[in-house]
Amino acid sequence: MSKTIKIKKGLDIKLKGMAELSIGGEITSTLYGIEPANFLGLIPKLSVKPDEYVKIGTPLFYDKNQPEVKITSPVSGKVVAINRGDRRKILDIEIESDNKFESEQFSIGELSSINRDSIKEVLLSSGLWPYLIQRPFGIIAKPSDTPRDIFVSGFDSAPLAPSYDFSLANDLKSFQKGIDVLAKLTDGKVYLGVRSGSKLAEVKNAEVNVFDGPHPAGNVGIQIHHLKPINKGDKVWTVDPQAVVFIGRLFSDGKLNFSKIVSLTGSEVKNPMYYKTVVGVKASPIVSGKTEASGKERIIAGNVLTGKKMNADDYLNFYANQITVIPEGDNYEFLGWAMPRFNKFSFSRAYFSWLTPGKTYRADANLNGEERAYVMTGQYEKVLPMDILPVHLIKSIMADDIDKMELLGIYEVIEEDLALCEYVCTSKIEVQHILRKGIDLIVKELG
Amino acid sequence: MKLLRTYIDKNKPLFQKGGKFEKLGSTFGAFETFLFTPNHTSKSGTHIHDTIDLKRTMIIVVLALVPALLFGSWNIGYQNGLAFGIERSLLENFFFGFFKMLPILIVSYVVGLGIEFISAQIRGHEVNEGYLVTGILIPLIVPVTTPLWMVALAVAFAVIFGKEIFGGTGYNIMNVALIARAFLFFAYPSYMSGDTVWIEGLTSQTAIDGFSGATPLAQLAQGAAAPVASISDLFFGFIPGSIGETSKFAILIGAAILIFSGIASWKIMLSAVIGVMSIGLLCNGLAVNEYMAVPAYYHLLTGGFAFGAVFMATDPVTAPHTEKGKWIYGFMIGAFVVLIRVFNPAYPEGMMLAILLLNVWSPLIDYFVVEGHIKRRMKRFVIKKNV
Repeated sequence: MSKTIKIKKGLDIKLKGMAELSIGGEITSTLYGIEPANFLGLIPKLSVKPDEYVKIGTPLFYDKNQPEVKITSPVSGKVVAINRGDRRKILDIEIESDNKFESEQFSIGELSSINRDSIKEVLLSSGLWPYLIQRPFGIIAKPSDTPRDIFVSGFDSAPLAPSYDFSLANDLKSFQKGIDVLAKLTDGKVYLGVRSGSKLAEVKNAEVNVFDGPHPAGNVGIQIHHLKPINKGDKVWTVDPQAVVFIGRLFSDGKLNFSKIVSLTGSEVKNPMYYKTVVGVKASPIVSGKTEASGKERIIAGNVLTGKKMNADDYLNFYANQITVIPEGDNYEFLGWAMPRFNKFSFSRAYFSWLTPGKTYRADANLNGEERAYVMTGQYEKVLPMDILPVHLIKSIMADDIDKMELLGIYEVIEEDLALCEYVCTSKIEVQHILRKGIDLIVKELG
Repeated sequence: MKLLRTYIDKNKPLFQKGGKFEKLGSTFGAFETFLFTPNHTSKSGTHIHDTIDLKRTMIIVVLALVPALLFGSWNIGYQNGLAFGIERSLLENFFFGFFKMLPILIVSYVVGLGIEFISAQIRGHEVNEGYLVTGILIPLIVPVTTPLWMVALAVAFAVIFGKEIFGGTGYNIMNVALIARAFLFFAYPSYMSGDTVWIEGLTSQTAIDGFSGATPLAQLAQGAAAPVASISDLFFGFIPGSIGETSKFAILIGAAILIFSGIASWKIMLSAVIGVMSIGLLCNGLAVNEYMAVPAYYHLLTGGFAFGAVFMATDPVTAPHTEKGKWIYGFMIGAFVVLIRVFNPAYPEGMMLAILLLNVWSPLIDYFVVEGHIKRRMKRFVIKKNV
């Protein structure tokens, strides 16, 4: 049954550079690339050689531990380079696009008549499988598992996040189809979390729930916690709405189409708006000429809380639907701690941003202080709408205490859920980094 | 500013590893980051960080202490005037007291920060900001007549054995300023209690007739029936006592700053008041002697309760780290203050011991709160049958 769930705790950080709801054009690049590092826990094994011709959907590499999990090419063209770093680690696979966007043909029967195993088979061979993310741990789903339920968050509440209502507006049919496919993968339900009034809410074959309140209301982990929390032994899958569309497209005509709409946001972008492009595109054609170009900006694939830092020459993260450009902020500030800092935001009232609730800020990547031991208490709890004691959880990870981590709820969270805790932290503790270390330890010890 | 920055950048290598003054690296770092917020940018996790840091947090607490400090200075002069029948103006009173208080403040900071700098250097850490607050708390909770060498000794003891051996700010179990106070209280009791220590000059000279110099709390402990002073004297602080503790009005200004900025927990302050009132009223109801009959609200207005509840019980490191735990902790502090004051004739004041006791208990309180939390989470867990 559809519910409205009110999230009270959390924080909307108001930043400058919200994307205007219009499309600035279609952006293609000659070179496209996939970086294996974008896939958590995956050890890449190559399936192509340089100079080979690939179509969309031709496998580029697969996971050493689960060879069924393949990553395929997002464009058609020629593999031009496989770049390696230290110890021959594969950095990226570069493909020169022939601009034809030809796809491999996948044979798919009528959706009502195909069984779960053949759906899995299609998802695995097409390279869409890595979009199925397993909770706990936030890693690529295991092909042998059947998830308890599948969760999709239909909105992103992070700072400057793109609106899926806008970017998926022309793909609603594919979205529906994708949901239908997902529904066949679980014995439970497909849950879709939306903002009230969202167009995605009309979808059938899924339980739609409305989430109201500040970030992290749009995080799928928070939604799971409020709908049907994960206990030890449970496995659920989460899928990004853009990926639901990719799946829907594939099951409509048997062809892959990795084109998507990404938002270019942030205070350093002159005219923040949306651009139509393809997975694996180089960042430079999207970004260059559109920023203030002070030479001191930070380009982030994703949002400011959870995104990955990138260079303009890098390829856009496989999962990213957003590029954010903010000032690097690697400068000194005279007596910064004593200054009024009217143009900086603080969740606490030790500064004055509480006086101007509507103001938007030009936040930079400066830590605004040095790392310290935990001193303040009660801060994390204010921005985490979950029945979890975040500081105790983080401390249990610091102590490598697996039993305590389990009891305190590590199965329910991944980095994005605790990102706001890291933002508000007075002691500048690297919460997300520590949490991933804890998850890695559990995966290693318990499999 | 640019000149200063260039100067720092030029000399920085001398203090870094391999430099000539490597051994002063932490000291250099402390001054550098005091002058300039560092240029460190985010390496992992969130790309943006809140503007708040520990320096700002501590400076807000120091700010919140300023009203108590200013009033305390004035009151030293005022009490001295009362004792010896000297007429002074407002400013004369203030400066008389201010220059009596200032040496204690300076000794506290010099000794305390000195130890902080040295131990940071030994560990190769940055200097932590915790002592900024402790350093100003200590002069405010001692009698004005405390000899400076005693202050120095107490500070050294408190910082080394109360904090540094545990690992520094953030790791200490008990409130550092209160350890200094407790050290003085038990090592030099004659300098910390009695009727003469609260008034500047009274330890060596005789007061004019009719002036006792005893704090209202001491009078109550000696069996005097309430009221021992008018409510407004108690509230505004025209009474003898430790330097910063007398004016509840000045303390409330500090409390307002701390609560509004969100730096101290209002839950602890409120539950401490509730604790005092409930045990105080219980005593009133069962009163068999004069002290038990003292109105419960008297405990809020006398002694160090208000100062302790606002500035010391709320120390986030030594208070429980769970929100539920803070309620229990505050309440028990309030309860113990009344119990110690009323039922323990040896100590007129109970706040110091109540907070120290609860500091020791707060990990235990947290333990039970966390266990309760885990139990509640486990209840959610439904054992699945094999289907």
